[in-house]
Amino acid sequence: MRRSPGAMLLRWSGRAVVAAILLFVLLPGVVVAISAFNDRAILQFPPQSWSLRWFWRAFSYADFAKGFWNGLTVTVWASSIALLIGSAFACAIHRYQFVLRDLLEGILLSPLIIPHYTIGLGMLILASQTNVGRGFPLVIFAHVVMVLPFVMRSTYISLQNLDTRLELAASSLGATPLRILFTVTIPLLIPGLLSGWLFAAILSFNEFTATLFVSSQATQTLPVAMYNYVREFADPTLAALSVIYIVVTATLLTVANSFLGLGKILNVDAH
Amino acid sequence: MNTRPFLGWFVSPAGLVAMGLLAAMLAVFQYSVRTYVPGTLEVGGFTWANFEAMLRPLYAMAFWNTVLICFETAVFTLFLAYPLAYALVRTSSPALRSFILIVSVTPLFLGEVVRTYSWMIVLGNNGFLNTVLLKLGLLDRPVQMMFTAGGVIAALVHVTMPIMVIMLAAALSHIDRNYEKAAESLGAGPIRIFMTITLPLSMPGVVAGFSTAFAWTFSAFATPQLIGGGRVSTVSTLIYQLGFSSFNFPFAASLSIVGLALSLAVIALLKKAASPLERMAGTT
Repeated sequence: MRRSPGAMLLRWSGRAVVAAILLFVLLPGVVVAISAFNDRAILQFPPQSWSLRWFWRAFSYADFAKGFWNGLTVTVWASSIALLIGSAFACAIHRYQFVLRDLLEGILLSPLIIPHYTIGLGMLILASQTNVGRGFPLVIFAHVVMVLPFVMRSTYISLQNLDTRLELAASSLGATPLRILFTVTIPLLIPGLLSGWLFAAILSFNEFTATLFVSSQATQTLPVAMYNYVREFADPTLAALSVIYIVVTATLLTVANSFLGLGKILNVDAH
Repeated sequence: MNTRPFLGWFVSPAGLVAMGLLAAMLAVFQYSVRTYVPGTLEVGGFTWANFEAMLRPLYAMAFWNTVLICFETAVFTLFLAYPLAYALVRTSSPALRSFILIVSVTPLFLGEVVRTYSWMIVLGNNGFLNTVLLKLGLLDRPVQMMFTAGGVIAALVHVTMPIMVIMLAAALSHIDRNYEKAAESLGAGPIRIFMTITLPLSMPGVVAGFSTAFAWTFSAFATPQLIGGGRVSTVSTLIYQLGFSSFNFPFAASLSIVGLALSLAVIALLKKAASPLERMAGTT
């Protein structure tokens, strides 16, 4: 098919626009990556001399190491608890009508629109009123609340793709509901549940605003430690840490994309 | 109960979490009408003074600033995210598709702190943009971009882009391509097809994306705090200052209640304003 010059022009200007926007998205990451190798102690562009010393400092700075392990603890607990609670609830919502169903769903999805500082402030006040203190249980609970909507969403999507005839077949062959759950339903949902867990984990690991309110010096996670660092120091240590962050996250997402299909998880695949 | 096995087991843990969240929100409400007792974490008796204090110009300006910044951010984000979402859904090359998807989604998972820090290096006086513009001879001295509303908006657009791309792409991918093919066979050009078919049919995604971008920006804290540097005051930065510098938790609570109400009102208004458009898309 022959294309008119006008259509070709439109096509190429469209491509140029998309390339420019991709550049805008990539720009900060590229700039941070270059700054991380700057030998000098001030942020300056372009670097005059190069070194790896800020990477060593990022690894040896005690607050970052502690924040990393704190964050990992919170993330693993929060996303696992959210996975159990959220996927079970999503199944119940998907299949049954029950008292307070829509109200409960509304409350659990509300962290998507309630500012995280409001949630953080509320949990902080609640904790001080009940003498709970800013320990790990409080931080983990706050994270469960905030990642639950994402787990529910990914469970909904995999439930919609689930063939219920398989469950009916198992039932007609005499399997008990418990057996059907563990041998048919859960195995079929596993890819969706895994991707929900991964999303929840990445989001929880990076959650900052609410964590700032509910964590203490002893329970601060990596983003909170990074925020405190940026307010105290102006050297490129954080640039080095950001590079590690970007590389690890992009790798995780690329792996998730090839094994689970990121497009399907995010519901953006063309039909 | 035989027809609904495990229902109780499936629902009650979620119910407990919902109750915890509800209790936290009630705690904020309760504190918002209590008296501030300086120097302690205890609060005094019942009062409306916190809400009255918000009428002072300083606080009224912060609310107005926040709404303005959120609105501008959402508009810019929409214009940048739409072409990306369109390219993502319509490209025929799987490799390009994965590339666009990874590039546009990765920032979502980096968190606000890493992304805001990156923008500090881009916008700083010795930063990337100033250096490039000086080298190109377009500037003769560095332009102040840090600590300005413009700088905050640029970084916020970057923060909200991924979620907007995902929502627009979801809407665009569910459009039935036959409508476009029909229009093409009737002789419509690509621009006309886009303006009369694709764009109207994607409106539900546009509205959802715009409201989400607005809500996210409203709750952004690290970006206005670090890039605004205290010179761009928003609801979130005020709440943090009140809470952690002066321990005035009652006033912080009332600010966040009004902030929440304002953000919900704007989103409801957006939905209402867009409902004719959504109906148009829904008739297909």
